[in-house]
Amino acid sequence: MFGLVDCNNFYVSCERVFQPRLEGRPVVVLSNNDGCIISRSAEAKALGLKMGEPYFQVKEQLQREQVQVFSSNYTLYGDMSRRVMHYLGATVPGVEIYSIDEAFLDLGGLEQHLTPYLGNLTDLAQRLRVGVKARTGIPVCVGVAPTKTLAKLANRLAKKDAGLDGVLYLDSAQRRTWALGQVPVGDVWGVGRQYAHKLTAAGIDSAADLSRVSEAWARKFLGGVVGARLVRELQGYPCSGLAPSEDGTLRRQSISCSRTFGRPLRERASVLGALSAFVARAAEKLRRQGDLAHVLTVFISKSRFGPDAGGHSRSAVLTLPVPTNDTRELTARAAQLLGRLWEPGAVYVKAGVVMAGLEAPGGQQLGLFGEAAPLAAGAAVEGRSAQMMAALDGLNARFGRGTVQLAAALGPKGGGPVPWKGQAAWRTPAYTTRLEDLMVVK
Amino acid sequence: MHDVLLIPVPEAPMTAYLPVFSYRVPAGFPSPATDELEGLFDLNSLLFRHPDATYLVRVAGESMSGAEIHAGDLLAVDKHLEADHGHIVVAVVEGDCTVKRLERRGESWWLVPANPAFQPYQIRTGEELHIWGVVTHVVHELLPGKLTALLHSRD
Repeated sequence: MFGLVDCNNFYVSCERVFQPRLEGRPVVVLSNNDGCIISRSAEAKALGLKMGEPYFQVKEQLQREQVQVFSSNYTLYGDMSRRVMHYLGATVPGVEIYSIDEAFLDLGGLEQHLTPYLGNLTDLAQRLRVGVKARTGIPVCVGVAPTKTLAKLANRLAKKDAGLDGVLYLDSAQRRTWALGQVPVGDVWGVGRQYAHKLTAAGIDSAADLSRVSEAWARKFLGGVVGARLVRELQGYPCSGLAPSEDGTLRRQSISCSRTFGRPLRERASVLGALSAFVARAAEKLRRQGDLAHVLTVFISKSRFGPDAGGHSRSAVLTLPVPTNDTRELTARAAQLLGRLWEPGAVYVKAGVVMAGLEAPGGQQLGLFGEAAPLAAGAAVEGRSAQMMAALDGLNARFGRGTVQLAAALGPKGGGPVPWKGQAAWRTPAYTTRLEDLMVVK
Repeated sequence: MHDVLLIPVPEAPMTAYLPVFSYRVPAGFPSPATDELEGLFDLNSLLFRHPDATYLVRVAGESMSGAEIHAGDLLAVDKHLEADHGHIVVAVVEGDCTVKRLERRGESWWLVPANPAFQPYQIRTGEELHIWGVVTHVVHELLPGKLTALLHSRD
């Protein structure tokens, strides 16, 4: 038995926790660089605002309707996500973090233990929902079903139907059949837009229709074994279990490393040395959890008491053409970003790197020019890069951290996490992770 | 996350000739630069009953000075604890967060300051009292340090 916990309008919900006055008002959160809408409150959805709509196209409507607009604040969202996931991990036997706001639960075997004392799985799901809300202020919905695909579907219905009180458990064949009939085929987990077109053209409109096709048909028209599995899952036969991290700990959504320098630095080479060391640390953590990073952020902070009183931290973000965990690649990219941020004559006191948009290898998209190995030409580079990094990690584990490092990395040792401000017009403070940004109460 | 910015990467050879040290660096020695404090020094796990449900907030003003809570102090607020009579809580009043003592007087609930210069606030009938969390700890600086500096810096 699987559960799927999904946070409602996660980014908007995070913002509301620390600004209760926004409860009941329309709120949207924009993507990086304030580009498009990526999270909408129920009130904003009711105004007809669409997911992914470019900000500049709806700017006037937002002002007219007095919609509260925020830039994305991944520092805050990442910490709130951590809190939600930790609670789930401490409450049920197995958790797979599926994204920043979704987690699959392994509820196998719980049913028999729950019944005599604690009620059924609906009650457990209800307790989880109330627990997350109490501990974080984030509203969630929970779907429970015999397969992951059905749990996802149940969650979807729990979100839509207010009468369900945020929880739907597909505990019987009748209820499963009813649920399958409620969901258009294009909304089934794993059915992309193209397949949805194909399916409706073939007269398959709902998840129920899809659950009735033959295995041979699914193999032929739905991408082979993947399609066959999808149909089996809809029929209630689990084809995939949880994919938790290998060490059983919760995987991180993003990995960062930052320090205050031992002394203020003026030379670019010194700051680059520090950054290279931070990249090396963060990339090591990345490899330890077996992930590749899509997004690299570099930030550098000037002394508050320097000549210019302006913003003292600057950051630059780069979406990598191909995700990687190779220290050499990431160091080269970080050096490029530093070049964009560097101001001659300034005195820097802190720097840091953040790696986000993490995913496991295997699923990554190739770059536009097939540059699966951005470092050098040659098909063997991928494997060699992994070997090289494994050797590096092995040596450092054996002889102590920093035994072997890139020549660029000569980092000073220093203090804790670095506060930094992004370049977003309406970003809220890092309420939960930064001393200067904590919520103020009177 | 969707802006792909192609940065030309120089075709410099990335080969690095790495020194191999012939002596052992003791691994496992606690370095002051480790990313996470552990065990003894992690106040979160040391003090907080529900670390993942505990949030730090900063105090402005002196409405609670009688309870030894002063402007600039840090409060640990546990959202998981059930608020009860006598607890100091962070409550939402008219959309703003305020720290007060929760008291039951007869049939009604009050948010009571710990400073005679401030007025108690009665939760009116039909008004929903939204408790943000229960205050479990106060961090008060005895020597002027980071908190004091924050208090005097213009946020």
